[in-house]
Amino acid sequence: MTERSEITKTWKLFIGGAFPRSESGRVAPVNDLTNRSGGKALAYAAQASRKDLRDAVEAARASQEKWAASSGYLRGQIIYRLAELLDGRREELIDAVRMSGRVGKGKARTEVEIAIDRTLSFAGWCDKLDSVVGGRNAVAGPFHCFSQIEATGVVAVFAPEEFPLIGFLTLALPAIACGCSVIAMPSSVEPVPALIVAECAPSADIPPGVLNVLTGLREELVPVVAAHRDIDAVVASVQPEMAKILQLGVAENLKRVRLVDPQAKFLEDLAWSSPSAFQGVTEVKTVWHTVGL
Amino acid sequence: MKTPSTIWDYAPAPESTKVEIKPQYGLFIDGAFREPRSGCSIETINPATEVSLSRISEADAIDVNLAVVAARKALKNWRRAPALERAKYLYRIARRIQERARELAVLETMDNGKPIRESRDEDVPQSAAHFFHHAGWCDKLKWACPTANGSAPEPIGVCGQIIPWNFPLMMAAWKIAPALACGNTVVLKPAETTSLTALRLAEILQEIDLPPGVVNIITGAGETGRELVAHGDVDKIAFTGSTDVGRAIASTVAGTKKRLTLELGGKSPNIIFADAAIDQAVEGIVSSIWANQGQVCCAGSRLLVEESVADEVIEKLRMRMRSLRVGDPLDKNTDIGAINSRAQLDRIESFIKIGVAEGAQRHEVSDVVLPPKGFWCKPCFFTEVQPAHTIAREEIFGPVLAVMTFRTPDEAVARANNTMYGLSAGIWTSRGSKAYEVARQIKAGVVWCNTFNQFDPAAPFGGYRESGFGREGGRSGLSAYCA
Repeated sequence: MTERSEITKTWKLFIGGAFPRSESGRVAPVNDLTNRSGGKALAYAAQASRKDLRDAVEAARASQEKWAASSGYLRGQIIYRLAELLDGRREELIDAVRMSGRVGKGKARTEVEIAIDRTLSFAGWCDKLDSVVGGRNAVAGPFHCFSQIEATGVVAVFAPEEFPLIGFLTLALPAIACGCSVIAMPSSVEPVPALIVAECAPSADIPPGVLNVLTGLREELVPVVAAHRDIDAVVASVQPEMAKILQLGVAENLKRVRLVDPQAKFLEDLAWSSPSAFQGVTEVKTVWHTVGL
Repeated sequence: MKTPSTIWDYAPAPESTKVEIKPQYGLFIDGAFREPRSGCSIETINPATEVSLSRISEADAIDVNLAVVAARKALKNWRRAPALERAKYLYRIARRIQERARELAVLETMDNGKPIRESRDEDVPQSAAHFFHHAGWCDKLKWACPTANGSAPEPIGVCGQIIPWNFPLMMAAWKIAPALACGNTVVLKPAETTSLTALRLAEILQEIDLPPGVVNIITGAGETGRELVAHGDVDKIAFTGSTDVGRAIASTVAGTKKRLTLELGGKSPNIIFADAAIDQAVEGIVSSIWANQGQVCCAGSRLLVEESVADEVIEKLRMRMRSLRVGDPLDKNTDIGAINSRAQLDRIESFIKIGVAEGAQRHEVSDVVLPPKGFWCKPCFFTEVQPAHTIAREEIFGPVLAVMTFRTPDEAVARANNTMYGLSAGIWTSRGSKAYEVARQIKAGVVWCNTFNQFDPAAPFGGYRESGFGREGGRSGLSAYCA
């Protein structure tokens, strides 16, 4: 035996800045359908449980106020740093995106490059959203009245099953950029690109708990997210039956639910990084103050 | 030739304005009033006298469908109408509301029970202002709500709008004006106890020749609302009302393509710091909890006073409460009018009983003489209130204030945010930097610093958390009506 055998990797969850296994102990194989392995599982990913989700919500809640209170300039620099790190792992990301065999190398490269550029775009939004979406309100009375844009709070993100990198970043990053803390569920069939993002997060100085990544079974996690009363908003690109379960969760605690068509063209359309990207994860706060001598 | 004495006569009091009320009103569908297919009607009374005012129709599923069909049919031309043509209709509505302001104010007070001073100075002018403001938006949508290709945004379509009884005409204006400005058509359902001003608005829409079907106004109770929410050809539901009904609506529209905005209840904190101008703060407390008999979703129903000035504030509040005039809402000197309905009065009284039973101390003016008929609740406040008390947690929607104290700004913020709601907050301090920092930390959609209950069409209004989602007013409110 002279040929070196590969180290099969276990991709763990990302909760509160740490990489724990699922408390359930469950793992699922991540199939590599590229020629490299001939379709064999070279890696395993943890399968998150209800308890893992609750831990992630706690970590997200604990981090959120401080993250939201940090300056847009700081958040922008951190997300820019994330883009730098992702660019450094570009080749690995390309391999990860084509792992499922859905796309070839060329398309995988395109997805990775657009995804990293879009990360850059979101970095720039952090200190501009207030100016574009908020501002002074010209009210009739003697008041200084303005509307500022604030983070909704703890946000659960279900990334689309396809577009495992750009779908994940397009839905998770706007929430982080505006000061939310996120529990993101990557594509359940192609989780690895999102897990690479998770590995970059601590190096980018994303504070522990601001981004949490849970791999696992969508049918298990969707109902738990819908019923959770400490999740303030959900951004989801899921099939209609799961979308309905999430919408029924609105009745629990009036959580905001923004649904994104799973067939959406994540690679195209300029609107992904428009102000509408922040719908459902931001709140408009109107402040009035008297004016007079 | 007028003699000097006639020239210098006093202007007639608003309550002397003659208001004609028909014995029965139909449904306003496709530009005309028509009898309901249901054949059913509901009596609407003056809550200050319990005298019947009129009967309003009760729309059933068939009636609701007729209104939705009319709105769908009208949508085709309305959405394509040149923006400035749409604007002209909205400007005309604003003008007619101004011209008929006295009549609308008197009718509102008779139907709702609120003091004429408020309907005259707040509800009706705000309603006109809302149409006026949104008229101006019609041709500016592509800058207000930009699309990826730079064109004007498309309307959402047929909007089902359900409004509460506390600000009947104003809520109709808040709902209809932005919807029309963006090219949507509307089916509006006012509350069953306060439909008369919305029906008067329907007459105004006829007067100004609004194209038939662009706005349809259907009356009825909860069942009518449920039919509208469940209707398969409605593109958006906008609801203002209780959090419980909001939850039910959210469940109904789950799994459909309907857009949803909800403006729900509140248990809003009003925070008085020791460095506030105390006399002004006391006036602010009065307007925060006793305006409109406290039947305001954003009412400052939890008073948080810094401990060092608590005795002073409570004493001044007690004095001020003594001077409030409770009684005939049509008297322009009245401060506190009638509660809107027997059911609401029962609800308020049950909360007062719970407050006493749980150990809080009630303060009210004992020598107020209430009219013999009608639904009346004396203004009151509670001290010795614990955060866990029912009256400190649940929305009462009445002139009942829960007073608590705090020692530090951090404690004030923690107490203020200790609620599932997040609609509004008041902050009273003479230090601007403190006001803005506390405003930042409070989870509420509207924060008033050294004032309370201010509204303006240009200022977005709406809640955090269980006070709902979506905004009304300003650019944010407009975007809720663009696809």
